[in-house]
Amino acid sequence: MQSSDNDTITNSQWRWLVRPITLAIGFIVLWQLVTWVTQAPVYILPGPGKVLDSLFNNLGLILGHAGTTALEIVLGLIIGTLLGIASALCLTYFQPARHWLLPVLVVSQSLPVFALAPVLVLWFGYGLASKVAMAVLIIYFPVAAACYDGLRHTNAGWLDLARTMNASKIATLRQIRFPAALPALASGLRVAAAVAPIGAIVGEWVGSSRGLGYLMLHANGRMQIDLMFAALFVLALLAISIYFLINRILTRLLFWLPETLSFTD
Amino acid sequence: MISVSVKNASVRYKNHVLFENLDLTLPAGEWTCLLGQSGIGKSSLLRLLAGLLASDGYGDIQCSDSQNLESRVAYMAQTDLLMPWLSVLQNVTIGAKLRGNLDQHDIEKAKILLDKVGLAQDSNRYPSALSGGMRQRVALARTMFEDKPAILMDEPFSALDAITRHRLQALAVELLIDKTVLLITHDPMEALRLGHHIRILGGDPVQLGPAIIPQGKPPRPVDDPHVVELQQEVWQQLAA
Repeated sequence: MQSSDNDTITNSQWRWLVRPITLAIGFIVLWQLVTWVTQAPVYILPGPGKVLDSLFNNLGLILGHAGTTALEIVLGLIIGTLLGIASALCLTYFQPARHWLLPVLVVSQSLPVFALAPVLVLWFGYGLASKVAMAVLIIYFPVAAACYDGLRHTNAGWLDLARTMNASKIATLRQIRFPAALPALASGLRVAAAVAPIGAIVGEWVGSSRGLGYLMLHANGRMQIDLMFAALFVLALLAISIYFLINRILTRLLFWLPETLSFTD
Repeated sequence: MISVSVKNASVRYKNHVLFENLDLTLPAGEWTCLLGQSGIGKSSLLRLLAGLLASDGYGDIQCSDSQNLESRVAYMAQTDLLMPWLSVLQNVTIGAKLRGNLDQHDIEKAKILLDKVGLAQDSNRYPSALSGGMRQRVALARTMFEDKPAILMDEPFSALDAITRHRLQALAVELLIDKTVLLITHDPMEALRLGHHIRILGGDPVQLGPAIIPQGKPPRPVDDPHVVELQQEVWQQLAA
């Protein structure tokens, strides 16, 4: 009986892997079918076999560039999140800041990042800084908006309780308002994690000498389409890994939310 | 033990006067139950005493020891107000945590209180794993943890089923002995069971009716003939 229970636990632990693996296999089969049916030339659409070949032959090169892109995304996420939370706190606690900061928040989102990319490269150079700035710009809005929303909607009863307990504003923020805003902030962070790679890659396309975006452009220019697809494949893997890592951390932090459903559930 | 009185209490809500010039005294170490229809201003009066009304309310609040009432009240609301990210023990000690003076002595005190409300085994559980009655018992332990002379309760038992409510009422009377309690309720039977004094808020303009003083010590049995008889009187005053 116990052995059967253990089997069930082990099965459920690995069950979440079935869907992504099935999807990946289905995608590869479809891709191969398309190349067979259309007889597309290799410089338009290489088959999965060729891309895998290229991936293994250039693994060191691709991973080196992937490291740069990953660093840009992670730094962008950290700085964008901190700036977003700081802005949300300013908006919540300083009335005048609301009039000044809200338009900045909206403008930061309404201007397309593509339009700003050349300016950021001009200001911050071809290195890491301009790509991180791009990622920060893209991440800032969803985090700030979600966190502000969460901080504004703290249960009024909790705030009443805190007042009768003689809590200071800082203590109320740390012990009540911020934890209560975490579910909303988590939604913003999930969106941020999903869009962060866009900022980094756009920055690399506009001007850089490192990163997967740069490698893709470089390979495209030299008609190494299989290498370009291999870099794209690793970029997709990187983006998915970052998303699921953040989703996992958030799900653990929000263990007390009974309705927390991650995308893996 | 302190008695608390408020004189000339007036509360406005969005330019509408809820009540004006009300006088209410909460006798020391006794339960005062405040009854009245929805929206009449019972909770506003309680919030005025709790210091939770900023510019919309006014009243001259005085305590029998001539000290300020502010910071000497514990508040228990209709909902348990447990924070779902904190364990039962952490919820009970949240006041000390918020004041920045939580220590080992507080933890031990909270454990004793949880034992008194029958939740000693549940101190590490989270609110989502508790029933409504258990959650309200945690809220009661949290209120007692504050150890304030005045307790303001805003319909704390109204969301519970009849049996759980009955048990929790008895527990609250047992544990909040010697406290000066104001209980807001919709339920005449609850007021008659728990109150040393029953006041009815009603009329136009809104006024406080004379105190109804049931015989015997709370918690009174619901089938007590005197309680049943008084219930008629309370109903009549409420409907008037």
